[in-house]
Amino acid sequence: MDRTVVINLAYLLAGVLFIFGLKGLTHPRTAVRGNLTGALGMLVAVVATLVHQEVVSLGLVIAGMVVGAAVGAVLAQRIHMTAMPQLVALFNGFGGGASVLVAGAELLRSGTTSAQTTALAAAADAASGPGATSAMGLDQLIAVVASGLIGAVTFWGSMVAFGKLQELRWLKKPIHYPGQHPANAVLGALVLALGVAMISWPEHAWLYWAVVLVASVLGVTLVLPIGGADMPVVIALLNSYSGLAAAATGFVLENNVLIISGSLVGASGVILTQLMCKAMNRSLVHVLFGTLGPGEEGATADEVYQGRIKSTSAEEVAMLLETARRVVIVPGYGMAVAQAQHAVSELAKVLESRGTEVEFGIHPVAGRMPGHMNVLLAEADVPYEKLKDLDEINPTFEQTDVVIVIGANDVVNPVARTDPNSPIAGMPILEVDKAKTVVVIKRSLSPGFAGIPNPLFAADNTLMFFEDGKKAITELISALKEL
Amino acid sequence: MELISSLTIFVLAIFVGFEIITKIPPTLHTPLMSGSNAISGITLVGAILAAGSDLPTVARALGFLAVVLATVNVVGGFLVTNRMLEMFRRKG
Repeated sequence: MDRTVVINLAYLLAGVLFIFGLKGLTHPRTAVRGNLTGALGMLVAVVATLVHQEVVSLGLVIAGMVVGAAVGAVLAQRIHMTAMPQLVALFNGFGGGASVLVAGAELLRSGTTSAQTTALAAAADAASGPGATSAMGLDQLIAVVASGLIGAVTFWGSMVAFGKLQELRWLKKPIHYPGQHPANAVLGALVLALGVAMISWPEHAWLYWAVVLVASVLGVTLVLPIGGADMPVVIALLNSYSGLAAAATGFVLENNVLIISGSLVGASGVILTQLMCKAMNRSLVHVLFGTLGPGEEGATADEVYQGRIKSTSAEEVAMLLETARRVVIVPGYGMAVAQAQHAVSELAKVLESRGTEVEFGIHPVAGRMPGHMNVLLAEADVPYEKLKDLDEINPTFEQTDVVIVIGANDVVNPVARTDPNSPIAGMPILEVDKAKTVVVIKRSLSPGFAGIPNPLFAADNTLMFFEDGKKAITELISALKEL
Repeated sequence: MELISSLTIFVLAIFVGFEIITKIPPTLHTPLMSGSNAISGITLVGAILAAGSDLPTVARALGFLAVVLATVNVVGGFLVTNRMLEMFRRKG
């Protein structure tokens, strides 16, 4: 059989393995195998490429793969689970960056092959099937521009997101500047104009790099103004972009395995983006371009909290927990910051050993990326069956004796239901206020990302436990054991 | 025809992606992101073709850099996903 046919069959096999791999992720029990299936698909695709006729020297390839594998393996083993959002942002960016570089290299290839009618051109023909010419067609040129544009936005957007998640000082706060939207619109128009120019005059390769440069600036300016709690949307969106960039590169190379994998990942990112937006009741456009501030007519913190806050202690909460039959723990980003997941898991175990039913209520946008809380609690040995999402847990709060809110704020703010003018109006929340008693562990009454006071803290059935999350839970555990 | 068949594959793969990924539970959304991220490192295939072929030095240099970036993405992505999923399985 022709070698090209074998290679393409191998690519098909890789695509099928990727699909089976993702299918494995539909259940925690099959997920490990699913991930390995995906990795096997990648191995098949890489080996098939290494024996491709076009690959004439392996030195650079092997060197690059050794360096990349070493860096990737070290990062993957060393990273703390709380820093997972940063790592995913970084990897997203690298994927986008690779697409930019590959499309650039292909452009140089078409520039040389039109001058040479040697073995190289013949090899290129053999690779892309009969009838293909060595110079790029219009569709491939469009794909080159798309790879450069999407890839560069992904790379630089991800780097800024990484910086924000890592809490680098100069990136921590959302950065707003006057004329932000017009400036982005101008950059967008410029990058499209350059793209059209590049497609019209493909012999000027510098136009490609101009597209990449402007897209890079755009990637930075698009993500700079976005704040911490909107990060789940941004990461999901960049995830989708990295897939689309790979698919665009697939169109450049006329390579099906890139197109298949790229569109799978693109679809995955789009779905997660939609879920995150829905969980905040905001449109994607609003997250990317809107600003979130306190509502104009909203109550001030003093009006809401004055004289209504009841502060509590570990002993008091322990007594409540002792008689509780059902306890729900609601974690938020604060739990990750305090590294309190292991303490929380231990508290759940102590309560269960005393016959109390314990479950966890997890809001889709709790934390900095989709599923962030679930990973932290899994790390701390909490069985995944106990992690309930919004729809499952909300009907149970009325039968719950004690809810412990740790490091969450906006996602439990009842204002979302009551005040149509509030910035979080209509956002689906965890309705913890329906439980018999709510204990909120928080260092102060400072507002969450939405910048509004939370009437839950002042409610009759709420007790405030002002303490660092980890310390509070540890104190609770010892108080419980002393009873 | 090349473009049409590529487009066909693109569109159908998106549908397959939607079908499968909507069935993934929220608990696994972080591993889904890192795992799908590793799959998008498939650009490595293109990077190998650029770095290993008989192209001008500049193109091969670009290819080399792309190989490094894509391999970090692939190896790091699959490993870290595996690490997370093992934690879910431990107590499953």
